[in-house]
Amino acid sequence: MGVEILNKPRNQIYEPILSGPREWPVVLLSKNRKQFVEEVIEFSFQRIKELKQSKAALIEELETTLYRERLRIKTNPWKVDPKDEKRFWDDIKTKLLKVSPEGTPNQNGSTLHDDILRSIIGRYANEITGNFRPSSYRLARTIATFGFRRLLNAARIKRFGSVFTGKLTLRDKINIVGEIDHIRALAKKGTVVMVPTHFSNLDSILIGWVIHELGLPPFIYGAGLNLFNIGIIAYFMNSLGAYKVDRRKKNLLYLETLKAYSNLAIQRGCHSLFFPGGTRSRSGALEKHLKLGLLGTAMEAQRACYARDDSDEAKKVFIVPVVINYHFVLEAPVLVNEHLRREGKERYYTEQDRFTSSYNIIKFLLKFFLKGSDISVSIGRGMDLLGNYVDDQGDSLDRDGKSIEEREYFVSGGSVTANTQREAEYTRMLSKAIVREFHKINRVFASHMVAFVAFEMLRKRYAQLDFFNFLRLPEDEIELDYEKFKDACSRVRKRILKLNRNGKVGIAPHMELELDDLIKLGINNVGMYHDKRPLLRNKQGNVVTQDLTKLYYYRNRLDGYGLEKKI
Amino acid sequence: MDMVSKRKSKKLVGVIGAGSFGTAVANILAENRDVLLYARNPELVEAMKTSRQNGHQSLSNRIHPTNELTEVADECEVIFPVVSSSGFRDMMSQLGPHLHPYHILIHGTKGLDFPNGQLGKKKKFDPDKIRTMSQVITDESVVVRVGCLAGPNLAKELADKQPAATVVASHFDEVIKEGQRLLRSDRFRVYGNEDLMGIELAGVLKNIIAIAAGGLSGLGFGENARALLVSRGMVEMIHLGKAMGGNVQAFVGLAGIGDLVATCSSRFSRNFTVGYRLAQGETLEEINATMEETAEGINTVRIMKRLADYYKVRAPITSTLFDILYGDLKVEEALQYLMKFPFHQDIDFL
Repeated sequence: MGVEILNKPRNQIYEPILSGPREWPVVLLSKNRKQFVEEVIEFSFQRIKELKQSKAALIEELETTLYRERLRIKTNPWKVDPKDEKRFWDDIKTKLLKVSPEGTPNQNGSTLHDDILRSIIGRYANEITGNFRPSSYRLARTIATFGFRRLLNAARIKRFGSVFTGKLTLRDKINIVGEIDHIRALAKKGTVVMVPTHFSNLDSILIGWVIHELGLPPFIYGAGLNLFNIGIIAYFMNSLGAYKVDRRKKNLLYLETLKAYSNLAIQRGCHSLFFPGGTRSRSGALEKHLKLGLLGTAMEAQRACYARDDSDEAKKVFIVPVVINYHFVLEAPVLVNEHLRREGKERYYTEQDRFTSSYNIIKFLLKFFLKGSDISVSIGRGMDLLGNYVDDQGDSLDRDGKSIEEREYFVSGGSVTANTQREAEYTRMLSKAIVREFHKINRVFASHMVAFVAFEMLRKRYAQLDFFNFLRLPEDEIELDYEKFKDACSRVRKRILKLNRNGKVGIAPHMELELDDLIKLGINNVGMYHDKRPLLRNKQGNVVTQDLTKLYYYRNRLDGYGLEKKI
Repeated sequence: MDMVSKRKSKKLVGVIGAGSFGTAVANILAENRDVLLYARNPELVEAMKTSRQNGHQSLSNRIHPTNELTEVADECEVIFPVVSSSGFRDMMSQLGPHLHPYHILIHGTKGLDFPNGQLGKKKKFDPDKIRTMSQVITDESVVVRVGCLAGPNLAKELADKQPAATVVASHFDEVIKEGQRLLRSDRFRVYGNEDLMGIELAGVLKNIIAIAAGGLSGLGFGENARALLVSRGMVEMIHLGKAMGGNVQAFVGLAGIGDLVATCSSRFSRNFTVGYRLAQGETLEEINATMEETAEGINTVRIMKRLADYYKVRAPITSTLFDILYGDLKVEEALQYLMKFPFHQDIDFL
């Protein structure tokens, strides 16, 4: 842990762990798409009937759903929405009116509301389920790999002509470090659920590439429906095994259908990808509170596998945390502003559709790649559903490295039992374990460190100001004496290196550079392509900022390590 | 698999620790199930087997005394550890390797764990090192389904089969239900609570106030003084509990105010006895030398004093008790000091 595990030969190629697409679980899933969707519908139906046992409660739920959906169509329509939506919900409304809420339960009445429930779930299930096509997967993957490689090379090699002769590979730009062989081993043993941190819209494409580069079969993942608004991304998504998640729909029926999809797909052995933070980190900090909904589906799937198969061969699910580190996040200004606005007045904000056109997204990618900026992807050690580490064989280990029967966590009175409350508690425990692992495998870059030191020094200087007033300070009036800044950097780095030695955080190799060089590297790279730079040095050599909020965003990456004490 | 059928046959419930409370718990459980009662001392086990008696309590014939920890782990799915906090981690480190994730542990120990010898002034105090018993269980084993037992449960009254009630706290509904199923009887009510930390702390912190109550009694004071102490003590417990991450609610229930009232009024309470004898002029060494079983409060005062200093929580009762137990403050002087202590508000925690 924390040690540089990469430094393998530069061009190490990872052979695919499965020989061809025919064996990929996601291909098998899409072959039986129709049957799978039916299963999802049936599962969700039963679950909702369990949750809403009385007829009155179910009807109330249906009415709430109808109300919210009609409101959504009116107030927040997206390009990607199907044309017949309004008609569908109008139809539901008509049918619902025919259901008598308190009248004597007659034969017809009681089936009618079940029919309505089933038809709504059916619509959702079909909407969520992706359309995986191996042929377009291969094409998309080729385009992605080719494109990434060329564009990234362009960043390294200044002469444009050399773009197409590039000797450097993508790997030089994107460092994949950590438990690579381990995750490959696990993917052969069972079902991998990858849970990365989420900072940028680039993440899903990047992770898709990493998965391919490591020789793993495609993962399924829930991509925000807003991404499907954009033609080119929609193409990639559809071909990479994505299913659609519409964050505007927060009704019980939709959420249960979504969970059923994920649960059943994992049970079928489809490796999955969740961004457990839910959305991109607004503050720039590592996720501290995870969304438990999708994680819970992995828990249920694991228990179902144990319940179905009481031999040692029961399929196991492995949670693999992944941390992505950037020097520069293009969306930082928007994200941090949203964060601060939310901090001010909590709660209700509408999920908005920010990347509206293919043009915008291409511009975004071009800017990112042409200008180039190092990225690192750290793969953590696999864990079971209780947060215990697993070995390469997939066996769960306790703190002393002794093997544990994971099945027994789901056992009571001698057999595997389903217990929603127990599993909810386990999921909460798992999310804590993931957050801990995030902090351990996070890799400190020079840019994070200088941002942290500069921000904390300023915050200390203006400690009497309320936080929001502090952020409103006129930037051109504040500067930090370089020598003092350097001293603080030295102390903070010492602490970071110590944490690293104790396995509490990862570091980029450049963190061992001579201090002046390290600071230079950090200042030059932190948020390097923003119009207003988070950090610069002025003519006197002192450290200044052009944008305190962006500085705050990059500073947050090192939140939670207790480094403040060293300032 | 034969493993499964073997597990299904686990009809025994385990109790670890044959002190007066452990024995009382075992007797209550024995009304519903066969009980395996572990004692560390082999002679005591033999004595219990032959005489069917432990101290003043006679043993139900459904209780099977044992000296083998592994037997408890192998034969029981639900285990109630009831050993003193000072021996708890040792016991768990021996038991831990034999436990499985399917085990449910519900402890009945009202004390805290803190690394030995780290309460001296020189060492830097780390509040994370203070562990509740449920945390010790998860530290030392793979068990996650953990709960605790707390409430006004004076062992002697339980042994006399007087009516009483207790709280089983756990994050897991199934642990609470299991505890209720096993312990419940016509004269023993079992309430559930999901705030494990809060309930554990309520049980732990009330011991401090119990010592102080004993002190007041020892000085010959009556009910006004005790009521004053109990209500102010409650406030102090809540402030300390909050500092450790507990919620207020747990303290106003059976495990908080309920247990506090019981222990502060009873000579059967060990902690009360410690305070009483201190007020009579005995020293801590003299008291310790003649106590049969641990008074958890003595150690709790020590730990909570450091914690209160660390978090800068106002805890005058704890601090003065600390000075009496470990310094040379006299009980009479302590009382004067407390009566002059500048409190301004009656209730400042709700």
